[in-house]
Amino acid sequence: MSISSRTQTDIDRAAGEAAPVVPKAGSMFGFSRTQAIAFAIMVLLVVLCPWVLYPVFLMKVLCFALFACAFNLLIGYVGLLSFGHAAFFGMGSYITAWTVKHWGLSAEVAIILGGLTGAALGLVLGWLAIRRQGLYFAMITLALAQMVYFFCLQAPFTGGEDGIQQVPRSSLFGLLPLDRDMAIYWLVAFVFLAGFLFIHRVVHSPFGQVLKAIRENEPRATSLGYRTDDYKLIAFTLSCTLAGIAGGTKALVFGIATLTDVHYSMSGEVVLMTLLGGLGTIFGPVVGALVVTAMENYLAQFGAWVTVTQGAIFILCVLFFRKGIVGTVGGWFRLEL
Amino acid sequence: MSDTILETTGLTREFQGFVAVNEVALRVREGTIHALIGPNGAGKTTFFNMLSKFLAPTRGTIRFKGRDITSLKPAQVARLGLVRSFQISAVFPHLTALENVRLALQRARGASFDFWRSEQVLREYDDRARQLLFDVGLTEYVETSAGLLSYGRKRALEIATTLALDPEMMLLDEPTAGMTHEDVDRIVELIKRIRQGRTILMVEHNLSVVEGLCDTITVLTRGRILAEGDYATVSKNPEVIAAYLGTEHA
Repeated sequence: MSISSRTQTDIDRAAGEAAPVVPKAGSMFGFSRTQAIAFAIMVLLVVLCPWVLYPVFLMKVLCFALFACAFNLLIGYVGLLSFGHAAFFGMGSYITAWTVKHWGLSAEVAIILGGLTGAALGLVLGWLAIRRQGLYFAMITLALAQMVYFFCLQAPFTGGEDGIQQVPRSSLFGLLPLDRDMAIYWLVAFVFLAGFLFIHRVVHSPFGQVLKAIRENEPRATSLGYRTDDYKLIAFTLSCTLAGIAGGTKALVFGIATLTDVHYSMSGEVVLMTLLGGLGTIFGPVVGALVVTAMENYLAQFGAWVTVTQGAIFILCVLFFRKGIVGTVGGWFRLEL
Repeated sequence: MSDTILETTGLTREFQGFVAVNEVALRVREGTIHALIGPNGAGKTTFFNMLSKFLAPTRGTIRFKGRDITSLKPAQVARLGLVRSFQISAVFPHLTALENVRLALQRARGASFDFWRSEQVLREYDDRARQLLFDVGLTEYVETSAGLLSYGRKRALEIATTLALDPEMMLLDEPTAGMTHEDVDRIVELIKRIRQGRTILMVEHNLSVVEGLCDTITVLTRGRILAEGDYATVSKNPEVIAAYLGTEHA
């Protein structure tokens, strides 16, 4: 996965056209005008869709969308391809499920614990992985995530092959029961939107500027005096925190945390979502998560063909839509989404 | 005046039995423009990479402002005021020219780990960034993505970015490589303007650039110093002519 080659072709292509000077308009929360409109539409959809579509399906989409956005923070804005993000998603899921089931924690505390688990694990594994670059980084994250997988397979608290089942949905602040789908939906929607805005803020912060510099040209960032490893580690930890939160939220929605959540195919899925939606675009991962989850849900009757279809889409995407759905469509209208 | 700002002693780098830089002792006086020239493969870039700590020396020491920097990391050396440029133009292509320069100015805040703050706080550096871009003749391109600039303008942007750190000493790796004549002139003018209060060590291929610009020239061949002095001295040295220009020029 070479970010720099993608970057170079983009530039070559762009250089052929008349150089467009895009003035940075006075922006709201770092959103450009188009992005602000797109965000408003997204909020509207998040609010309206549960009246039309099955809320549990939508919650699954929102959990995966947050997971994909967290992954995109690394690949899209730091240029780090993590092939082990399932470890953080899955561990968050296990911890939230376990603490709700055995300690009877309220939902928000359990989700935060899931996030902290992702953060702690991300800090340790990230510290090991960022010492290498490019493909080696991806391979190390994959190897470390596999270690987490086998830990989860053996550790007694995860329930091994059975996972943690029949997790109650608990309540919000110990007051509001979340058993009804529509009750927990608003919590999930809030977590997703808060996570989305948080990532957007990180990308458009002084820290985010340095991240982009590292993505574009790491040696140059170093020569300007930035200790790039520190920035990468913080970004990695932030991403893992959000992945843990997404995993914990998902565990609550479905009342279950299993090995599927820490399996490497989950890491692959989030790569697919982000790539399909458009990496380095803020809405891409959301669209990607929607498409992939919808395929899994509505094509489930075809069994193994879902995976085949996904594989085919992945290949088509890499061959013809390098920028993903949002990147490509945005490109047609010259919009930065 | 003319105190030594940078000094190497016995600086050596070996690659698998090949000695790229061999026992180089170089002194750069403060406030001068010092050129490092030599034929291809003389070890100029290797030497350069060791100074900026991108490559660890096999043996020898490097002292900057009297301090031993041999074991420091690249980012630390940069923060001490020894900043390098790159042979291939080093810009951040998807960021605007303004953002490129601002990233260097942002260093003044210390480490930018504040991911919770809006990038609006960086606006305070915009004026200074515009001024630096004006200085290198890039006023029209403030909002242009760096990747879309011509080669010469990328180099100018890179110099503006390096200048933004206000370094005491700049290491320029072939600042005019691959440039058109007009671009070369522009860069030479620029270097003349920015030299006040700074020391510059540059690797350069283009002899006409070196002639008008540099106070001291060190000639490197096969990893060793062959000659040192001002342009008049060095260019008359028969050994230099033989090694650098080829024997037919002698």
